[in-house]
Amino acid sequence: MTINSLIIEALQIILVIGLAPAFAGWVRTLKCWFQGRSTPGIFQPYRDLRKLFSKEVVLAHNASWIFRFTPYLLFGTAVLVGGIIPIISVDLPLAATADVIVVVFIFAIARFFLALAGMDIGTAFGGMGSSREMMIASLAEPAMLMAIFTVSLVNKSTSLAEIVQVIYNTPPELNPSLAFAFVAFILILLAETGRVPVDNPATHLELTMIHEGMILEYSGRHLALIEWTSMMKLYLFTSLAIAAFAPWGIATKGSLDALPLAFGIMIAKLGVAGLIIVLIETGLAKMRLFRVPEFLGTAFLLATLGMLSFFMLD
Amino acid sequence: MEFTIDTASHVINFLAALLLLTSFAMLAQRKIYGLIHLFVWQGIFLAANTAFVGFMADKSHLFISAILTVGLKVFLLPYIFYKLIHLLDIRKEVENVVNISTLMFIGIGLVIFSYYLTSPVRELSTLMTRPTLAIALASVLIGLLMIITRKNAVTQVIGFLAMENGLFFAATSATYGMPLVVELGVALDILIAALIFGIFFFHINTTFDSLSVDQMARLKEDEPDE
Repeated sequence: MTINSLIIEALQIILVIGLAPAFAGWVRTLKCWFQGRSTPGIFQPYRDLRKLFSKEVVLAHNASWIFRFTPYLLFGTAVLVGGIIPIISVDLPLAATADVIVVVFIFAIARFFLALAGMDIGTAFGGMGSSREMMIASLAEPAMLMAIFTVSLVNKSTSLAEIVQVIYNTPPELNPSLAFAFVAFILILLAETGRVPVDNPATHLELTMIHEGMILEYSGRHLALIEWTSMMKLYLFTSLAIAAFAPWGIATKGSLDALPLAFGIMIAKLGVAGLIIVLIETGLAKMRLFRVPEFLGTAFLLATLGMLSFFMLD
Repeated sequence: MEFTIDTASHVINFLAALLLLTSFAMLAQRKIYGLIHLFVWQGIFLAANTAFVGFMADKSHLFISAILTVGLKVFLLPYIFYKLIHLLDIRKEVENVVNISTLMFIGIGLVIFSYYLTSPVRELSTLMTRPTLAIALASVLIGLLMIITRKNAVTQVIGFLAMENGLFFAATSATYGMPLVVELGVALDILIAALIFGIFFFHINTTFDSLSVDQMARLKEDEPDE
């Protein structure tokens, strides 16, 4: 481990924390354009966060330590994952410590605590949100793991840094397994980050909210941390998709010179990824909760087909 | 344009995977127009695959089959179905006997089964299309599954045609296609079958006021429903 890779690691974590609100803002801006509304600009999430941080925290009398602890835990897990996924460079000290399966389960810890916190106060909406979130999680997680197994099988490693290296060292080819896994991953991304066909991030309508239901009781800096975390989650899932399916342009050597170019390419890729997400979101209506199992079942099916075609077609 | 065998088999595998995907999509599709669109896509992938195999293996009669597939399965049959659905004013939702998630799992089971079943053939065959044989058999079985699990006569016929697509694909991947005479005969059969099915639909519809095959369990017309 050199001093360079430590610097890169630190830079990347700062990048994840600092850039996630801008990416969320970019997605919202695009969505406004597609719906013909005027936009508050891509820096609006920063202003929202500043406003929330300056407000005082209002706690219910029966709030336990779980309720107070959860926002910090969520933020911590997102930062940790931000250090594992190769976003600007593969030369990350943390990437060697954990593979992509660990990433999935770090997200699962965050989700577990968020669901507990949703039920902690004892309001109806919190419990409802938690129960829905866990239902979706129980369906999304197998599909996600299946997609990841497919990618790992094709690239012969579960470590993201090595997957990126393998993709770099083999000539690009038409691989049906990866195509299936990619489409499955997009569906899972929409479900995991609470985007439109599954959950609507912009609504507080009682009957439909999932994520918003769980965090309804939060206020002030707690709410700010949770909002920030969900922006980072969107950013991280997108980066995960980029790292696993289209990592070209990332810095492969541990030198600092390659970083500016990698950074520029990353911005361009995120811009395109945001466009894809918004296109899907604008084209679809939010589906009924009981259609979600079918949606995620499709993702699972695609991932499984990807895995089967890896064995059948080689 | 020159293709190496390696690239060619990648393209063929990719088209085969898309064919399998459309089979599954047809299994999951609720709307009857959606089902027809998927059938059109399956026809397109099938024709593209046939033409590509024909090009790579230098078998000119496969081009004729590809053209036949496009004409019949991409244009003529879907057009006939559109007309029929419009004329008979069929309900647009397709009913299933089994729910869709279960169907998907049965489908995956069928894919694994056909992989297992075709593995001895894979060992023997030397053609570049040999990995796709499992997918061809799986498409046939999924078409059969569709016939079994659908309640509506029109969707059952689409399932039958999907099955025929699978058979056609199996012929291409096992032996670079059947002899041209056989293929012409099959194509003609399919066309005639579609016409006869159309006439049957009319009769079923006028007799039972519905195309749901549940109604056919009644033996007499005046017998009351259970």
